[in-house]
Order: sequence, then C-alpha cells, then structure tokens
Amino acid sequence: MAEAIESGIGAPVRRKEDMRFITGEGRYTDDFSQRGQVYAAFLRSPYARARLDSVDASEALAMEGVLAVLTGQDMAADGFGDLPCGWTVKQKDGSDMVTAAHPPLAHSIVNYAGEPYGLVVASSVAVARRAAERVITEFTELDAVVNPALAMDSEDIHAGVVGNLCYDWELGDASATDAALAAAAHVTRLDLTNNRLIPNAMEPRAALGIYDPGTGEHTLYTTSQNPHLERLVLSAFVKVAPEHKLRVIAPDVGGGFGSKIFVYPEETAVIWAARKLRRPVKWTAERGESFLADAHGRDHVTHAQLGLDEQGRFVALKVQTTANLGAYLSLFGSSVPTYLYGTLLAGQYKTPNIHVEVHGVYTNTAPVDAYRGAGRPEATYVVERIVEIAARELGMDPVELRRRNMIQPADFPYQTPVALVYDTGDYEASLDKALQLIDYAGFPARRAAAAVAGKRRGIGLSCYIEACGLAPSKLAISLGAGVGLYESGEVRVNPTGSVTVFTGTHSHGQGHETTFAQVVAARLGVDIDDVELVHGDTGRVEFGLGTYGSRSLSVGGSAIVGALEKVIAKGRRIAAHMLETDVENIDFEEGQFRLRDSNRALSFGEVAFAAYVPADYPEDLEPGLSEKAFYDPENFTYPAGTHIAEVEVDVETGVVALVNLVAVDDFGILINPLIVHGQVHGGLAQGAGQALLEQAVYDEYGQLQTGSLMDYCIPRADDLPDFLVDTTVTPCTHNPLGAKGCGEAGAIGSPAAIMNALTDALGVNDISMPATSEKIWRALSG
Amino acid sequence: MYQFRYHKPATLEEAVDCYQSAEDGIYLAGGQTLLPTMKQRLAAPSDVIDLSAIDRLTGIEVTSDEVRVGAFTRHDEVARHEGIRRRLPVLAFLAAQIGDGQVRNRGTIGGSVANSDPAADYPAAVIGLGATINTNARQIAADDYFQDLFETALEPGEIITRIDFPVPSRAAYRKFPNPASRYAVVGVLVADFDGRIRVGITGAGPCAFRGTALEVALQGNLNSAAIEGVEVPDVGFNNDLHASAEYRAHLVKVMARRAIADLVG
Repeated sequence: MAEAIESGIGAPVRRKEDMRFITGEGRYTDDFSQRGQVYAAFLRSPYARARLDSVDASEALAMEGVLAVLTGQDMAADGFGDLPCGWTVKQKDGSDMVTAAHPPLAHSIVNYAGEPYGLVVASSVAVARRAAERVITEFTELDAVVNPALAMDSEDIHAGVVGNLCYDWELGDASATDAALAAAAHVTRLDLTNNRLIPNAMEPRAALGIYDPGTGEHTLYTTSQNPHLERLVLSAFVKVAPEHKLRVIAPDVGGGFGSKIFVYPEETAVIWAARKLRRPVKWTAERGESFLADAHGRDHVTHAQLGLDEQGRFVALKVQTTANLGAYLSLFGSSVPTYLYGTLLAGQYKTPNIHVEVHGVYTNTAPVDAYRGAGRPEATYVVERIVEIAARELGMDPVELRRRNMIQPADFPYQTPVALVYDTGDYEASLDKALQLIDYAGFPARRAAAAVAGKRRGIGLSCYIEACGLAPSKLAISLGAGVGLYESGEVRVNPTGSVTVFTGTHSHGQGHETTFAQVVAARLGVDIDDVELVHGDTGRVEFGLGTYGSRSLSVGGSAIVGALEKVIAKGRRIAAHMLETDVENIDFEEGQFRLRDSNRALSFGEVAFAAYVPADYPEDLEPGLSEKAFYDPENFTYPAGTHIAEVEVDVETGVVALVNLVAVDDFGILINPLIVHGQVHGGLAQGAGQALLEQAVYDEYGQLQTGSLMDYCIPRADDLPDFLVDTTVTPCTHNPLGAKGCGEAGAIGSPAAIMNALTDALGVNDISMPATSEKIWRALSG
Repeated sequence: MYQFRYHKPATLEEAVDCYQSAEDGIYLAGGQTLLPTMKQRLAAPSDVIDLSAIDRLTGIEVTSDEVRVGAFTRHDEVARHEGIRRRLPVLAFLAAQIGDGQVRNRGTIGGSVANSDPAADYPAAVIGLGATINTNARQIAADDYFQDLFETALEPGEIITRIDFPVPSRAAYRKFPNPASRYAVVGVLVADFDGRIRVGITGAGPCAFRGTALEVALQGNLNSAAIEGVEVPDVGFNNDLHASAEYRAHLVKVMARRAIADLVG
C-alpha cells in the first residue's frame, strides 16, 4: 500500500518509459521493418513558385534497384483527393474562408521550396536518393510571394484566391472598441512581429506503408500525434482506403510540438506507393527535409492599440494581425491565428472592449500550423508587451498596472469580450509567488551591481493565460472545426487484477505512461507497475483525437476516469454478491471492496478474478471487467500564471544573457509534479529560443536560408539559466481530475517576459524577436 | 552520401600516389567538415584517402621556443596536452573552444588548417603566432598560407604534416561564437613576442588575416587604449545571415580589446 501512496496523485514518480528511451530500447517508426521493404525518396521543388512542365524519369528508371518513379499526376489519376483543412473559418462577411487546393503531391504547380511533386521507390535509400537526382524535371519559375505583410498587394499565387487572402476574420465589437479607444485618456500603440519558427522535433518525420493484398488491409506506421485523426483524414478526404481497411500506428514518437498533428504529403504517398507496388515502402526524413517541409509556426505581423483611462484601467484593445498561412492550409493552420489567438486577447484582464481582425494570407513558404502554444503565445505576446509599454509610458510600476486590471477570484466565471468564459483562477497568487521567487524587490540592487560591471540589467513580466483541454465539441464544431474534440478511454482489467488502459491521446514525450498509470493506480488501489497504457494504434485503441493543445490529461484523463468509475460500479455489484449484501453497502477505497461498518472486504484482484471466473457471481451481470467511456469537455481549461525574466546585456557586443527565469503556473491539480516541471522546462527553453535565438528566414526568392542547425539556432543548455519553477492551484471546475494542462505554458508565457526584460535593460520599447546580439548592438548604438 | 572508394595508406608517399591516381580524390583527416558535406551530397569525391594510419602525421613536440603539432592531432589532444598548456596555453585554450566535444574528439589541426574555413579557430593561431606549415613537400610561412575563401597555398595533393608554432612571451585569444554553429563570427589572437606584436583575425573575412593596423598601434604600447583610434574597415568582410560586415568589424575591435585585457590585466 505504501507503494501505491507514493505513486498516487501528486507524487513525483519517475517516468516509467524513460528506461526504455535512455537505453535505446524505444521503437520509433524507422525502427520497424518488413520483409521485402523498399525505400522512398521524394522529388522536391527547388523553386518557391514554378509551373511544373514535365518530369522525365527515364534515366532514373533505368538504374538498378529502382522500382518506380511516381508523380503527382499519377496520384491524381488514381483518384486521390486533396489534403483538407480541418477548420473552416468564417469571414467577416459570413462567407467561408477561401481554400486553395492542396494536392498531396503537386501535379501542375509548386508553391514552396521543398514541396514534394513525386517520389522514387528503390531497393535502398541510397539508390532512391541518387535516382531522385536523375529525374529531369522542367520548371518555369514564377515570381514568389514571400513577405506576408506584402502578400495582399502581390500577384495571386492560387487561382481564385484574390489578393492571396484566405480570410478576413474578426472577433469582438469593432465599434464599441473604436469608441472606447477614441475616448481613452491614453492610448499605447505597438507594431510587433511574431517570428517564424521551425519546430525541430528530435525524431524527424517518417512513414512505413504496408499493404496486404489478401485482406486489402493497409497499415501505416507514422510519426503522428493523433493516429485516429490521421486515419479519418486519409480515409474520408484523401480516399487512401476505407477506414476499416486502414490501420495507423504511431509507435514511440520523438517529440512533435504540434508539427506531427498534421497529415502530410509524404505518409499519404508512402501508403499509396505500398499498395501500387505491393511492397512495404519506408521513408524517413533527413533533417534538411524537416526544415523545408514540416509545418512551421507563428509568423504574425501585428498592430495593436491599448486604451487606458485616467486610473490606468484598460478600456479597449484593438488588434490587427496579418498571419502567414504558408503556401497551403495545413490541417489546423486556419484555426491557429483565429480561434486560438483572438479568443485569448483578454489575457488576465478585465478589458471591456476588445476587437481583433486577422488577415490570413497565402505565401510561397512552407505551410504554417500549430507549434507549441499555437496562437496563444502570439496572443500573450501582444497583450503582455503592450501592457508593459503602457506602464512605461504612464510611468507606472508594471506590476501595479497589471494588478489594477486583473480579473479577481470573485469575478469567476468570467465572460471575456472575445467569446471565452474563464471558469476559475487566482492570478495575483501566481504573480505574488513569482515576484517573491525572483526577489523582485532586490532587483534595483542587482541592476546597480550589473551597471558597475558595465552590464545593462533588465527585468520583465508576463502574466499569461491560455485555453487548453481542446475542446467542447459542439462549440468547436459551431466555430468551424471539422471534428469533435472529445476523447475516449478504456480500462481493461485482466483476470489477475492487472490493468490495461487504452487512450486516444498520444504520448511523444509527455510521460502519459506514468501520469495516466498514476491516475488509474490511485483510483483502483493497484500498483503503478500493474498498469499498462496503450496508445498510438488505431488497431488497438477504439478512437481518439490525439495529443495537442495540452488536452491529454484534462480530456483524455477524464475519459479514463469515466471508464474507471464504470469498472468500480461493476466491481461493487460483484463484491455485493460475494459478500451477500446490497450494492449500496459496498464502499471501494484503497483497492478494497468493503462491506460498510464491518471488517469484511474483497481486494480488487479478488473481484477481478471473480469477474472472469464467475462461479459465485450475480445472475443478471455479464462476466468480465472492461469498460469504456468518452469524455467531451464542457469548457476549455484555463491555465494561467506569471513568468518573470531577468537579463543582462553586454553593451560592447550586444550579447544578452538570460540570467533568471521564473515561472509560476496554475495548472489546477497536478498528478505528477516532476513531469509537470519537466514540461515547463521544455516550454521555457522553446520560449527563450523564440525570444533570443530562433528564426526561419526565407530570402526574396523564397529559398529557406536557415535550413540546418548550423544556421537555425535552437537553444542549448548553456543558453539557459537554472529555471525557478513553482505552481499555484485553483482546480479546474469542470473535469473530474481538476487538471488544466501544462504542456505549452512555458512557451506561451516566457517570450514576452524575456522581451520585456530586454527592452527594460535597453530602454527601448521594442526590438524584434529573435533579439540577436547584432540587433541589440544596433539598438544600443543607435 | 554517394559511393566512393576508400583508401587507408600507411605512408605519405602512398597517400600522394593514391591521390594522383584518383579521378577526384580527397584526403580525410578528422572528417568534421568533409563527412557532413558528403552526407549532404554536396561533395562527391571518387576516392577518399584516410590519413589516420600515417605515423608521420602524429606527435606533439614542445621545445623552449617552439611547439610542433603533428597534423593529425585532434583538437581535444591539443586542449589537454600538458606541455602545450604550460608552454603555449593560448593554443590549448583556443582548441578547447572549437565546436563541441564530439568535434574536438575527431577534428584535427591539419584538417582545419588545410580546409581554411573562414570561421575556423585554428587559422587565428596560425596567423597570430606566425606558425610554419610543414607539408610533405616544403615549409610555408603563415603569412603566405591563407589565400581566400577555402583557398590556401597548398598544391593539389599536398599534405600538411606538422605545424610549428613559435612560443611568444604571452598571447591571448578571444572568440565571438555563432550561437548556432559555434564557429567564430570573429576570433582575434593577440601575441606578444618580446614587444613584437602579431594579431591574427578569423571569422571576419574570407580567410584568416593579420590585423596590421592593430599591430602597429600596439607595437611597444600593448594596452587596450592603444587601439581606440584604430579604424577597422569592413571592406571585404563577410556579410551574412548571422552578422553584417559592419558588426564584424566592430567585434574585431571588441575581441582584440578583450584579448589585450587578458594579457595586461
């Protein structure tokens, strides 16, 4: 029993899966192989925009070991559909967004450098790649549209998409916001860019397609965060195979950060090729392909205005954003700069009037979609930068200005002017704890000491909020989502009392095998090692919507709790029968079905055994102990907190050192604080990367200049300080675990904190991310 | 990577023969530039001639006025070598800044100097210390060696065997690393040979070069104030995604000042 308590809710249990990972026993897509397997290499456009005139594969086909060269034309001829966008955004005028056709393999025009238009299949990777270079393709290069800020005034890149405008979207009351701004005592204005990022999961994308001509079953191993959604899209939209003839397996996956949510051309082509050639076909991306063809993140250009009254209370926020969607709409690309962005612009504040308009534009760059935080980092960046600057302009303490405007605990549930209803929170509790952790009061002394050493020191806050636990299905569908966003869970009790749990969420670094086992072990009173989690296989798990938007525990965990309650209810009936009493007299606690007010009890294992060997068993009850549940959340969850950064600038070189980073987050009830802190650490590192190091750069021709880790700088351990991480708790009010989600907060809150600290150090209002040493040097010299 | 023939000669003569009979041969030392380039299919040599078995390329010799480093010496060995740390600590310090642990365990001084990457660290030492490049055919003075972007005085097939560094009275190296690749955006080595000053600069231009204006200003006046008035023109400097020529020129002075401060306290 001691064991179970130490592994119960709130225990910092070490991750069960880590031994497998750190000893090299993890099995990733590329680790699976089949007899007769062959390999794909993709033909990719060298141009950002070009007409595809002809493809001559004769030389490649003549090479030994080459089985086939397949093109977008072949795929279209086989009746394949386009890759869909899963979220239809309604424009201001009520019309649907303008979607450009996105064939999995381009067949007449290519729209970004690296876009696949065919593949070579050969007996080895080396032969496939060499053959791909011998395919002679003729292109007519066309002028590329690269800069999102100029896209609407450039040549149309898709027929029928006027001004490259996918949508002109708004949320909030425009006239009330304009009126309030006009009447405001002070208006702070800010132009911002939110830099384009490239996700860089440690494991590159990969796919292995297998076709069984006997049964007609297709099996696709792939690096997916949501295998059921992948299957649904490939069946219903792309028409790869009917759903019952397609099994998608996402085995161990080495990180995703959003980039593996989407259905990509490559896995689509691999399963098609496998059927066409009747050979298992494998593809594993090289790092360079990941840079070119994984969905990128962020990429906003924004103008914002914040109006304040005489007392420093926010009266209106008006935000105009151009969001770069890339060459095509990725699976959720349309929703990120709209419903995951505009809805968060209230932040933690009681701003009564908010209006946001977003122009989603197409450009000749890789598709842009969700990347850790997805819309919410962009929203936080706008709100927390402009609030900070307003404080500076008014000569107010930025902490005091925030306090004055914060939604208070008594205000919940709080209806924002941008559609969301926050259920609970205590924002000042996180703020106070963060101020204490960073020793805010001691900052002036630290700044003075730094000045003596010739350094400029600055401090900055970010009080963020996010919406997680995607999502209430009806609400999401009413806003344009093509799928519900509930989750399924199944608890299968084995005859010997061990438990196999099935979830439709997917773990690719989040530690579900441990956290979910803790939830089950605590509720059933079994040892955590007697609980096994199964995920990532449409052939084993009934259904699911996968992992993104910090939804796994709050939505997927809640489904498992639903199944657990059914298991316990049935167990009580079995126990009542065996203890010769009525079910109302049976309590279940700490793994014992107990006859109330007696010392008579049956262990969970005894009851499980009886369910499968039903000798002494209720006549009106089915044998077996295995239950399923679906859980559809009532509302989003609202993690929130305060991040505070402290930086020091070397004025001679412009090098900035991130010297302190504090994060105090309210994630509701924590199941495993060790894993939660790990998630926060990773998010903070990515936030620091966005603020100081990372930027995807295309040149004017649409060629990616930052196509390798030599040029695209992801943060390393020595770029980061020791993080100080803590939590406050207001339990989520509407799910059974009280959990809100923790996967993205680090990346959402920290960039604004770091940039507020840096601009404080430099005495300027803005410097664009990433704040490289040269930009800082120029700010200091200019 | 494309297919190639692999050779592992035991002597220099064999290596040169091998090179001369190859259609498009290339020498392999530590492979820290060549192998990634081949893996990215940006280089497609017909023959790769591995120099690791040639005894004449190894060994470190430390005398009272010279440190002689065999071309096949790995960066990590230079960084840790007791004799070098005692006699020419700046070289050990510089070697310890190259790339990361994996790179230092494989990369060699000869490979780095032969490749003449504009952002490599060793060229700053070769220039700043006025080293002599020994090859299988001759000796080349540092000032004659680096010629342009990835271009040196080496003839096709010529192999660096050893690099001889004169020991200065004191020397210091300061590097401004690229945050992504950790190559030098700018690196400056300042050496004092009993009052005769040499300044070697890497990263800033197409290849390493001497900071002659800085040297003149510092002659007999080795302190950071002496270079305040020196102009570092950015003409011909590298100008890329990571740093403009103007910023590089600025960094040359900052790194020089810091190196001088290391020397004079």
